[in-house]
Amino acid sequence: MKKRLVVIGNGMAAARVVEEILKRRRDAFEIVMFGAEPYGNYNRILLSNVLNQSQEAAAIMMNPLSWYEENGIKLHAGVKALHIDRENQIVLGKRLPNGVAAYLPIEKSFPEGSAVREAYDFLIIATGSRPFVPPIEGFGGQGTFLFRTIDDCQQIAQYAKDCQRAIVIGGGLLGLEAARGLITHDLDVTVVEAAPQLMPAQLDLEAAQLLKRAMETMGLRVALDTITSQITYRDDKVSGVAFKNGTQMETDMLVVSAGIRPITEVAVDCGLKVNKGIVCDDQMKTSDPKIFAVGECVEHRGVLYGLVDPIWQQAVVLAEVITECGRDAVYEGSKVGTKLKVMGVELASFGEKNPSESTDEVIVYRDPNRGIYKKLIVADNKIKGGILLGDIEMADDLMPMFMNGTKVPENRAEILFGAVSGETLLDVNDLPDSAQICNCNGVCKRQIVDVIKNEQRTSVSAIGEVTKAGKGCGSCRGLIAQIIEATIGKVSYDPREHYYVAGIPLEKSLLVREIKNREMKSVSTVFAQLADGIEDAGSKNGLASLLKIMWPKEYEDERDARFINDRVHANIQKDGSFSVVPRIFGGVTSPDELLRIAQAAVKYHVKMVKITGGQRIDLLGVKKADLPAIWKDIGMPSGHAYTKAFRTCKSCVGTDFCRYGVGDAISMAQKIEMRFQGLECPHKVKMAASGCPRNCAESYVKDVGIVAIEGDQWEIYIGGAAGSIVRKGDLLTTVNTHDDVLCIVGRFLQYYREHGKYLERTYGFVERVGMDILKAILIKDTLGICSQLDERIQEAVNAFKDPWKEAETPAYAHQFDGPQLVEVVGEVNNNG
Amino acid sequence: MQRNMLFNLGSVNDIPLGQGRCFIVKGEEIAVFRSRNGDISAIENKCPHREGPLAEGMMGNGLVVCPLHGHKFDLGTGQGSEHNECIQIYNVLLQHGEMILEFPCEIFNQKKENNASECLTL
Ligand SMILES: Cc1cc2nc3c(=O)[nH]c(=O)nc-3n(C[C@H](O)[C@H](O)[C@H](O)COP(=O)(O)OP(=O)(O)OC[C@H]3O[C@@H](n4cnc5c(N)ncnc54)[C@H](O)[C@@H]3O)c2cc1C
Ligand code: SF4
Ligand code: FES
Repeated sequence: MKKRLVVIGNGMAAARVVEEILKRRRDAFEIVMFGAEPYGNYNRILLSNVLNQSQEAAAIMMNPLSWYEENGIKLHAGVKALHIDRENQIVLGKRLPNGVAAYLPIEKSFPEGSAVREAYDFLIIATGSRPFVPPIEGFGGQGTFLFRTIDDCQQIAQYAKDCQRAIVIGGGLLGLEAARGLITHDLDVTVVEAAPQLMPAQLDLEAAQLLKRAMETMGLRVALDTITSQITYRDDKVSGVAFKNGTQMETDMLVVSAGIRPITEVAVDCGLKVNKGIVCDDQMKTSDPKIFAVGECVEHRGVLYGLVDPIWQQAVVLAEVITECGRDAVYEGSKVGTKLKVMGVELASFGEKNPSESTDEVIVYRDPNRGIYKKLIVADNKIKGGILLGDIEMADDLMPMFMNGTKVPENRAEILFGAVSGETLLDVNDLPDSAQICNCNGVCKRQIVDVIKNEQRTSVSAIGEVTKAGKGCGSCRGLIAQIIEATIGKVSYDPREHYYVAGIPLEKSLLVREIKNREMKSVSTVFAQLADGIEDAGSKNGLASLLKIMWPKEYEDERDARFINDRVHANIQKDGSFSVVPRIFGGVTSPDELLRIAQAAVKYHVKMVKITGGQRIDLLGVKKADLPAIWKDIGMPSGHAYTKAFRTCKSCVGTDFCRYGVGDAISMAQKIEMRFQGLECPHKVKMAASGCPRNCAESYVKDVGIVAIEGDQWEIYIGGAAGSIVRKGDLLTTVNTHDDVLCIVGRFLQYYREHGKYLERTYGFVERVGMDILKAILIKDTLGICSQLDERIQEAVNAFKDPWKEAETPAYAHQFDGPQLVEVVGEVNNNG
Repeated sequence: MQRNMLFNLGSVNDIPLGQGRCFIVKGEEIAVFRSRNGDISAIENKCPHREGPLAEGMMGNGLVVCPLHGHKFDLGTGQGSEHNECIQIYNVLLQHGEMILEFPCEIFNQKKENNASECLTL
């Protein structure tokens, strides 16, 4: 029978430990969780975004309620565990009454029938912390708040609506986050801190002074060395505070964020060993071997942690131990460091802030005008601590060196500014086996080395296939290559990484040559001639895209080689219905078009009509069989919102209406869209045209962005992005007329079409090829190919056909048919 | 011994080469594929992952790729690329260019207990 595992708490530590357990042994336990908050687990780190309303509460959920269901976990959401009966191995909980903050202590009583009872074989306590309220007379009335949960944020945001002034007590990380949130509600905010500096836990005095200056320029008031003694009320609402030094300050609301304290009542109540936190050994066990603890509520070797990194490490060890996958796993404590952004100021802080021994070296660089401060403390050639403010690029090298005790270079300047050679400072040979390499997927050096040695995986991608390392944000891929090199001397490049598509063993330029030489014009011919007739489903789309780019007119369009979206020219949705986005050139539509769209939406029972980010209208939830009819009714061309092609060109109102406009952005955008509509590319291409550098159409973050500047000129940016990756585009060139813009943009697109890898966005392409080279080829014409590029893009433009015309003449029989009903014709016995 | 009901799905030519089509058989959605070399295969239409419509997927080399999140399924065995995912497969016979689907009564009975009397005998 499965063992029962009960978890008290459902925050970041609790959910992570359960994930780690499931990862190791999916079916080992029947899991029950108590969570005082009425939600799934969310990313508490992002709460300040909820407070400043840049993110919805739903957007920071990491484990929504459906996750628990999908993984067979019973979650008591909104139920607080109040008692552990260790003798009978039972946890008793009670539903929290409405409006009671999840972290506040409540009375341990179970009126008739109110107890939620769960038996356990093993128990994990992950109750986290509660905000600490210093002794201030009068805290708790209307207009006073704490800052720890989604509910707190929503109450603060709600109350702030009717306020002009706010005071935040506490000038640490969380206090400043709270202040930032309140400033976005247009409040006049003062941060009151008892210490003589901001962020005393992370910064030294000098860095704190720089930070204070930066905060003040952003409109925040800061009162240091100030201790709050009393809160005053008028009409039962907060009206001000009085300070120990005798002064007073008026305010409309007050947020206290003065540190945290571990939540330990359940542990104290049942007699577990508790000091400041719940005492755990190196295997995360409490004084009762059936009970573990993890997260902020834990005290390990006398230390409490208030950041997620150490908690992730604890969670891994606990999971190893409890699943018996690694009975000897031990947690030996963490060195802590963080990278943060406080009101837009980036900072990193790790280890000691000030020298402690007379032999400690202190290396400092200051550039107060630019708000930059860097300080490192070095002893025995190793980093003991550091603070980076304003420019934290080196943190990615320095923090792992600090965590792992790596030796620093002799030339100390290199520590602060990077190696003169441009190489990274970090030498993988110096990293211990346990060093975490891939932070996204939690893979350490030893796992990677094992795979290299035992499974003969010698390329970065092959290692990713086995361990998932490098498959998250990808920033550790360089390190993985270094590890391979250090282990076996040489990194091999998996040739498949360079194939244009997996099913044809050729890199793009060779494939293009073969296709040209043999004049192959359909996907099935390519498979027949270059892959022994084996049709790899995953390679079809890439080949189709390439062939269409190479043979704009003669390409033989076999629809089975296309993804469903390209077969029926609409975007498949999760329920199997489709979305319809008509082309709205430059984002300008008309009452007539809107009427037709509205009527069609009603007629075909469209589930949602949504304005898209690309200044168009999306009709969602259309049945496949209705597509031809709805296109006809709308009477507008396809917007190609479903395919790897040029999508849209956003515009601002430019000189037509805007008082700042210096160029006519609307007609620019319309011309671009008219010319390049439907143009097939390695990936989607989004564009924008703005009438001045205020950039209201967001041109700087588009694949191609056009910006009008003084003097009747247009700047052309390429390689911008604002999706999962955000990148400002690079200036390709500046030109004088609309026609020049169309010419250069077309040239770039054609070059990208011919040389981009399949599914490589322009940002990746621009970085891979390099801006200098692109400028040389496309502007200076160093290769002498510009006129050919111009010709070929013209050919592609000429070959354009609106795919929605297939409403009149389908490309093949049953193209838009839905499921077909069939009738039984007979019954047979079958002995086979 | 197993009893099968037979269904005529119509001419093979009604399925475009290299594509799939969805048929509703006794309330069950069945995806039928016609590969470029002429093989016909039939599987349940619902992807076990999040119910993606497999008939709309791209096929090749004996596999179909779900259009929603790319899980792959073997058209001959029903085995999915995720080891815990497997789908029901069905037999299709070709008679004079018409596709005849064999649908086990058992499945039918399990799924539609109350309509079982509709089973006809040839
Ligand atoms: C605004 C903010 C910003 C932060 N920024 C950062 C940052 O940038 N970097 C960083 O590393 N860390 C940051 N942190 C800290 C980080 O969020 C915490 O370290 C982490 O959430 C601790 O995880 P935990 O599971 O131990 O506690 P929590 O996430 O607090 O989870 C504990 C949960 O258990 C519940 N609970 C308590 N008692 C019971 C009970 N008896 N029964 C049932 N449920 C119970 C609580 O209500 C809570 O939901 C930030 C924290 C805040 C508040
Ligand atoms: S980008 Fe310039 S011209 Fe266009 S709307 Fe904004 S301010 Fe006006
Ligand atoms: S629904 Fe088929 S892969 Fe997700």
